[in-house]
Parts: sequence; structure tokens; C-alpha cells
Amino acid sequence: MTDCFIYDAVRTPRGKGRKKDGALADAPPLRMAKAVLQALPERGDFDSKEIEDVILGCVEPVGEQGANVGRMAAMMSGYDESVPGFQLNRFCSSGLEAVNIAAAKVKAGDVDLIVGGGMESMSRISMGAAGGAWSTDPELAWDTSFVPQGIGADLVATKQGYSRNDVDSFAVESQRRAAAAWEGGHFDKSIVAVKDSIGVTMLDRDEHMRAGTTLEDLGQLKPSFEMMGRNFGFDAVAIQKHPEVEQINHVHHAGNSSGIVDGAAAVLVGNKEVGERLGLKPRARIIKSATVGSEPCIMLTGPMPASRKALAKAGMETSDIDLWEINEAFSAVCLLFMEEMGIDHSVTNVNGGAIAFGHPLGATGAMLLGTMVDELERRDLNTALITLCVGAGMGTSTIIERV
Amino acid sequence: MAIIEYRVEDGIAILTWDDKDRPMNVLSGDALAELSAGVEKAVADDAVKGIILTSGKQGVFVAGGDLQQIEALGSGPIDAADLLKRTSAVLDQLRRMETCGKPVVAALNGVALGGGYEIALACHRRILVNQRHAQVGLPEAGLGLMPGAGGTQRLPRLVGVQSALGLIMQGKQLAPDKALEKGLVDELVEPQDLISAAKKWINEDGNATQRWDEKRYKVPGGGADSVTFAQTMMGSNAMTHANTYGNMPSQRAILQSVYDGFGLPMDRAGKVETRQFIRVLQDPTARAMLRTLFFSLQECQKGARRPKDVPRFEVKKVGIIGAGLMGQGIAHVSAKVGIDVVLLDRDLASAERGKEKVSKTLERRLKKGRTTPDRVEGILSRIHPSEDYSDFKGCDVVVEAVFEDRDIKAKVTKATDEQLGNDAIFASNTSGLPITDLAKASSRPANFIGLHFFSPVERMQMVEIVVGKETSQETLAKAWDYILKIKKAGIVVNDSPGFYTSRVFGTFISEGNHLLVEGVTPALIENAAKSAGMPMPPLGISDQVGLGTMYKVAKQAEKDAEAAGKEWAPSPAQAIIASLIEDHDRWGAHPPPKEDGQARTPGGFYDYHEGGKNLWPGLGAAMSRWIETNDAQPSADIVRRRYQFVQCLEAVRCLEQGVITDVRDGDVGVIMAVGFPAFTGGPFTYIDNYGVADFVRDADELSARYGERFDSPKLLREMAAEGRTFYS
Repeated sequence: MTDCFIYDAVRTPRGKGRKKDGALADAPPLRMAKAVLQALPERGDFDSKEIEDVILGCVEPVGEQGANVGRMAAMMSGYDESVPGFQLNRFCSSGLEAVNIAAAKVKAGDVDLIVGGGMESMSRISMGAAGGAWSTDPELAWDTSFVPQGIGADLVATKQGYSRNDVDSFAVESQRRAAAAWEGGHFDKSIVAVKDSIGVTMLDRDEHMRAGTTLEDLGQLKPSFEMMGRNFGFDAVAIQKHPEVEQINHVHHAGNSSGIVDGAAAVLVGNKEVGERLGLKPRARIIKSATVGSEPCIMLTGPMPASRKALAKAGMETSDIDLWEINEAFSAVCLLFMEEMGIDHSVTNVNGGAIAFGHPLGATGAMLLGTMVDELERRDLNTALITLCVGAGMGTSTIIERV
Repeated sequence: MAIIEYRVEDGIAILTWDDKDRPMNVLSGDALAELSAGVEKAVADDAVKGIILTSGKQGVFVAGGDLQQIEALGSGPIDAADLLKRTSAVLDQLRRMETCGKPVVAALNGVALGGGYEIALACHRRILVNQRHAQVGLPEAGLGLMPGAGGTQRLPRLVGVQSALGLIMQGKQLAPDKALEKGLVDELVEPQDLISAAKKWINEDGNATQRWDEKRYKVPGGGADSVTFAQTMMGSNAMTHANTYGNMPSQRAILQSVYDGFGLPMDRAGKVETRQFIRVLQDPTARAMLRTLFFSLQECQKGARRPKDVPRFEVKKVGIIGAGLMGQGIAHVSAKVGIDVVLLDRDLASAERGKEKVSKTLERRLKKGRTTPDRVEGILSRIHPSEDYSDFKGCDVVVEAVFEDRDIKAKVTKATDEQLGNDAIFASNTSGLPITDLAKASSRPANFIGLHFFSPVERMQMVEIVVGKETSQETLAKAWDYILKIKKAGIVVNDSPGFYTSRVFGTFISEGNHLLVEGVTPALIENAAKSAGMPMPPLGISDQVGLGTMYKVAKQAEKDAEAAGKEWAPSPAQAIIASLIEDHDRWGAHPPPKEDGQARTPGGFYDYHEGGKNLWPGLGAAMSRWIETNDAQPSADIVRRRYQFVQCLEAVRCLEQGVITDVRDGDVGVIMAVGFPAFTGGPFTYIDNYGVADFVRDADELSARYGERFDSPKLLREMAAEGRTFYS
């Protein structure tokens, strides 16, 4: 099979996902996608018509980010009209899945050069805007014990015995690492500023971070899902599915869960020949990826089986991975992943994660992949595994290797 | 026409529903056919400009659907496609009525429930008489059913989804003022103005287009594409799933029907509802509930098992011995129906305290507007506290509700004996002491019977009527007459320690103890019980009842053993309860005060704190001597099955031993008295629906793993072998 190489990976800074003060909120979402898509041919100095498809993840694909943002973004970016595009939705791992699908097309020999990535404006299109049947259709909701994701995160913490202090400590460390990474210029290579229609920079630095956050700060925050869980039956539904639990310990809040932000990312992948022909230098190879389904009520336990599956398909062991990146949807998800995979925090999320930066749903997976490519180079290491927990009980993992 | 009379008055067709073959109008296929014919006749008559639909029954429009027809439908195999076609025809007829082009007014002269209210919903205007008893609504869910004549489609369109779901899922029946406030009816009038008000509307407004057929109509609170609708569905799904543990198919079907149909044009919405209605009938739950909680319960409420040939016994004066909780309750419910009550205790002060408690209960009801000052005064004036047995002279019934101690019971029996005439009966409210033994203290054992009331007496409808060896048929009939007069329902059981309901319930509590000792996580023990449909889980009940009670029983057994020179070996469960009390001073949720009179902190299997309770985290470690280590926890399904099977098997043993003689009594009794899961229809219905042979097979499996208490009685094995069921 053909090898698939990562030639470039860029992302926007993440803007606060709020209309009142989010830096990226006063322009339509496609502008973010335009920033990253335009950067790829520019930085690689090749004609956009070399790109054979644009696959963009988007989780709330309605309204101004609806109706196939893949093609819309390609057109908006001034790509040659021969470049098609499509949008996919694997919920939180959409951005990574877009790269995985792109890589699969390369490996299959169907395309030579392709873009995978994602975008999400959470300020302009709110979470849940796309609706969906899971929570509303009784047949689906009852048979799969639907509860909102945050209840699942609290259920993970309850089952594992993670205290409020455990999850808050992880969040404090995420903020510390994020700030240090910016300070150290770890992201300089890949951040593309978003500019408005008159060329003025809207945002060139992640704006959701709260450097210097302490345990005491977080201690002030009220659990986000307690009221909802107790008053609307969700805790009881989750306990019926997990009857060994007496009561859900609600530990997650805005400070130890992923932030609501805007952002976009794009990854340029292709085969060896196209790189040689266009003079692009391969930075890493996509070894394997896997997506699995898991128990949907607790919802967030997919990263472990997905990672084990990807490792097994690659013929690798956990000890073969140098750096790990698990999306910080909720602190407990990361604690669980490290515990179950038997990996150390010192090699996991080394530059912080979504608790500090925020999680622009459709884009995050591609962003995490890009930061891992940068970090492997910076540390002169070889392998990384990127994984995300995914709504409705799924998980996606991708293993990359520097070349 | 036999059911619906047609006449034209002032250019308006008046259809008067009056089913002469029944005490009440019910929605049946025949009635609907006549209704349709009437509508067509009016439509064809150019001289008729509108239609009024009303009833000839005093105070009742249409009381609902034909439950017997529905039960019959659910009893046989169901041809879904055929039934869908036939039932859809009902919906089509109502749809035809609301689109016939002439205005139709429902002139509701009284109760309009279920199918009756659904017909009214298909009219263009609903006018209701403003009389307290004229309840309207869709109560089907209360019987495990759902509306099937368009109710789940029209009501949400009329009053909004959130409001409609609340009403339909709880089976609410509304009095006229509430019905108007919630929009279920358009207008309230005095009875004499009903028809003229209907005519007036036809003459002055007479809009023959349903609001949901108007292009611009906006459903209150938002339509099918609104965020509110999505949120309402999400919330209702979770709340209902949580509260019913998924055990009530009709609740889910109602939600599904609304979800599937709300966005459709009304022409297509009916079929969506019919699908769900059939789905409810396909599941045994609805039929089980209907049979047990409607038909069988009615028999218990009417005294179907009362000996027929004994003349009716008029109870005018009742004596009650013991003014404690039970005595107070029995005095209250007796006085409430006009019986004179002598409430006796060992001294007058105690008796008066008992009456004082009844007075407090009534005050609370008064505050909530559930009774009137007149009624309260009447009840209290009929309760006469006493310390003198001679006040029992002239009593028709005496009920003893004293402490569960044979000697004390014998004493009060004797003291009463000489005051009563030969016609009076004496009833013991013991919850488990054999009646035949207690009757030995009486000079008239034939007049001695057990009346096992449940607490709180005011709310618990069920009474176990316990027949001792010497109890006469006449006494049994008199006991029936008494409990029917105080508006209770009865089941007849023969004497045996624990009688029937307590025996069955005891196995549930004891199964919880078995699980605890096996090392099953306490949370799983409790959660599985709740999801099995038990109102309270076993460890929680033990705490509520009080661990001291169980402790005393074990201590007594220990003493008895010592006295008999036998070695005493407590069961692990008994040892755990003893240790909770002796080593940890944990007596349950309502602990007795300490020796020095100081209050004890509540705590048992649970810790209690403001805002709730939690299982005591120290339980496992503190009781590790008696609790086995269990690395592989059983599934909740297995635990649930153990709770259900262990109770069902005890019920079968009671039937086999002749403690109960009628499976309908057996089914009703444990549901009404001790909270056996109502959705099952009772233990015998549960076994029938499970399949007797399958039940025996699975019980054998449980028996092999968990103990002989899961062995099937001979009766059940024979039934399995012969392919018989309890209800065949």
C-alpha cells in the first residue's frame, strides 16, 4: 500500500466562542476555513489545483456552516474550481477523521494530494443547533439511555473515584502547560492568523487560555451538570444503565472541561511522488487510524479501545509511542485514558489541551494532529498517538511517525 | 338508531348519545358508526347548519373506551396489519367529522374521559357544564393504556406539547375550572344553558375549520420544528425513563406517538397514534394491568368473594382497641363513613391522644382543602375515646390493634368478649399471628376473624381478611360488609403465619439480605430492586422499619434457643444487623432514643443528612466478617429476576397451601398492600406472561446457584408439564 505523508498542518488560533467578545465571532465561519486553506498552497508554493479534495469536519453543519462547508470553503479560498470538497461529521473527532479519510484515499491510490481538516464556529452556531434524534426520539433515547455528555463525564469520574481535586489538578496543569507552550513558541510554525475582509488581523493567538489558574480559582466554580442531572432525570437514567453506582459525583465544570471556541485547521497529506514533484518535504507518516463505538450512555470511553485497535493494527505496543495526545473534553476522560493505557502524564498532552485552548468541535482533531507533528520535531522524537472521545459513544485514534 | 338519537332543532342537528344497554356511554365501534351516520345525515341536509353532540346520560357525556373490548383485543394473538386498518377507520371517522364542512360542538353535559374526550377534541368547540363532577381528560395511562382515538395528536396541537404530555402521561382528569384554564374546553356554562350556548356559537361563529387545519395556526409553545419541542421531548424521555425504569410500555408509546406525529398533517397523524396503541396492546403489560388493577380490583372493591347467602350486615358501631397508629387510622376511616367509634386504650389519656392524632390528620387535610370543617367536626364527634370495655356494648364490630403479643391480645379479647352480643364480630389486626390461635381466647371463635389493615390506613385501600379454622361464613360476610362500608378492598386469605402479603413481601427483604451477604454491591442491591419496580429497596426499607425490630426478633430466637438448650447460630444477615446495633449504634432511619433519653443520630444501612441519604460507606469494611468477597458482580438483570422470582414463588406456595384460593386476589393483594410491581399485573400474571415452563426452568437455574428458596413448588411443575397457566 502507498504511504501517506503529512506535508503541512496549519490551524487558526482559537477565539472565544461567544458572540459578545469572541475575536472570531464577527465574521462568518468560512473566513476561518479560508485562512487555513489559503495558507497551504501559499506555504508550499504550489497551485491549488494540485489538491484533489477538501474534507472538512463540522459538528453543527447548519446555517452559515451548513450545506457542505468542504466545497464552500474551497470556493471561498479561491481554490481552483476543479477542487471538490465535502463535509463530514464524526462529532468531536471530525477533524481527525477528515485527515484519516484523506489518508485512506492516498493509501488506496485514489488521490495524490488532499486536504483534511475541520472548522467550527461555536459562537455563531450554538452547540445542538443541528438537532438530532438521539435525545428526542423515544425509541433511540430510551434504548441507549441517552444522557448529556457532561453527565457521562461525571459518571466516568464517579466510577473511577476521581475526586474534584483530581480533575481540577489536571485542569490547572493543562493551563500551565498551555501557557508555557505559547511562551516557548511551540506553536509558532503552525498558527495562521485570521484576517477580516479588509486585511486586518482578527486573531493571532489563542484567547481562551487562563494562564496562572490555580486550584483555588477552580474551587469557586459550581459543577455544571449537577442541576440538570438531578432535576431532569438524567442521573437516574445513567444509574439505571450503571446500577453499581449509587449517586453521581458531579465534578466537572467550565474550568476542567473543554472550552467553547471558534477555530479551523487543515492538514495537507499526500503520497511520496507528489511531494517530490512539488518540492514538498514530508514531515510525518500516518501509520494507522481506528474509530470504534463504545457504550453510548457513559459516552466517553472510546479512546481506549480505539487506541488499542490502532496500535494492534500497526503492530505496536504502548511503549512504542513517544507522545500521547488525548483531547481534553473533560478532565476525567484524560485521567481515565492515562490510567487504562498505563501511560504517564509527562508524555501526555505535553502542551496542554482543550481545557486551556478550547475545543472547536469539528476542527480539534486536525489541530491536535498538527501540534503533535510540531512537537515530535521540536523534541526530536518519533511517534505519537492522537485520540479523541466522541459523542454517542465513539473514539478515534491516529498514530503518526516522523520521517 | 339505537345509541344516538338524531333530531333537528332551529336548523341545528342535535345528536344525543344515550346507550340504553349500558349504565354509561362508552366509545364502541357501534356507537361510532351511529355517530358517523348522524354526521353524514346532518351534512346532507341543507337545512342543517351545524351539529351539536351531547349525551342523554345524567352527568356523563362519554365515560371512555370499552375496556372489556380492549382487554379482549389484547388477549389473543394480534394481527397488527389488520388491527391497524380497523383502528385507523375509527380515526378516519373522527377526522371526517372535523372536516365535514359544518361546525360541530361538543356539548359536554358531564364526565368526558378517554375516548369520550377524544371525540370532543375532534369537534370544533367544547362547551362543558360547570359542575364539580364533570371531569374531562385522558386517563388511559393510569391503566397502562394510551389514548387511541386521536388524543395524543389533537391535545398537543390544542394546548401545546408540554402541557399535553403532562396531562396524558399522568392520566390527569380535570375539573371544569382547571379544564378551562388549561384550554381543554372553550367555555363553561350552567347545565340548563348547555344546548343554547352551543346553538349560539353555531349561529354567531360556527367556524367549521379546526385550528390545526388553518395554514397559519401556531401551536402554543411551538411546533414540531421548535427548540421547545426538542427540549420537551428530551426532558420527557429522561424523566419518564427515570421514573418508570422502562417498565411501562404505554408511557414510552405516548411519547413516541407525539414525537412521530406532531409535525404531520392531521390526516396522517392518526395512523401514527394507532401504531403505538397497537404496540401497547402487543405487550402483555397493558392487559396485565387492566385485568388486575381494573377488573380484579373492582371485584375486591365490590366484595365478589363475600359469601352470597348471608344477609347484609349493617355496621353502625365499631370498637377499636389500641389507639396507636393503626387504631387511629381505623377509627378515622370508620367515623368518616358515619360509623360510631369507641376508641379504647389502657387509660383514657392514651385513647384521647389517639383521637388527637386523628384530629391533626384532619387539620392537615383541611388546610390542603381536601375536606370541609363540617366534615371534620362530624368525624371527630363520632370518635369516643374510652378506657372502659363496657363502652363496647352494642358494637357490631370490634377491631383489636394492640401490640403483637399473644398474651396482651388474649387479654383484650377476653375483656371484650363479655360486652358483645352473639351477632357482633371480633377482628384482630395482627399482621401475622395465626388467627386460629388468637381465637382460642374468645368464647365465640366462630365470630373471630383477622382484618389485616396496612399503614397508613387512610391511604391504603387493601385489607387482608384472614379466616381462622373456626371462623364462620357468616362472620366472613360481616367482615366484608364492614370493610366495604369503610371503602376498602379486600382479599380473603386462610390462616397461616404471616398470612399472604407479608409472606411474599418478607421474601423480598430477605433476598436483599442474601445479596448483601453474597458481597453484592449495596448500590446494585438497591438499584436493581427499584428497577424491578419495587417502590423501596430492601436495605432502605430495613432502615425505615427499624433495625431494632429485626434485632429483637433475632434476640428472642436466641433466648428461645438457650432456654431449649440448643446452640444459637445467627444467620450472617442477623449477625450484620446485630453488629450494626451493638458495635456501631446504628438503628435505622428513626432510631429510638438512648437509655438516657438523648436522641440518637439516624443511621443504619444508610447515613442520613439534610437533603437526603447515602449508603453507609463503612458498611463493607465493618461487616467484612459476614460478607463474602465477590469479584464478579451479578448483572442487574439477574438481581432483578431474583427479587421477582423469590416473591412469585412464595405466592405460588401460598396458593398451593390454600392460604389464598384465588389468583386474582393473589395478584391484587400484593400490588395494593405491599408494593409488588404493578406493571406485572401481580405474581401469577407475571408467571403466566413469563411462560410457566420458562419460569420453572429459570427458577431451577437460580435454585442451583443461589439456594433452595428458588425451587418451584409441585403445583408449578405440574402446570409447566401440562401446559397450564394460572388464568386459563
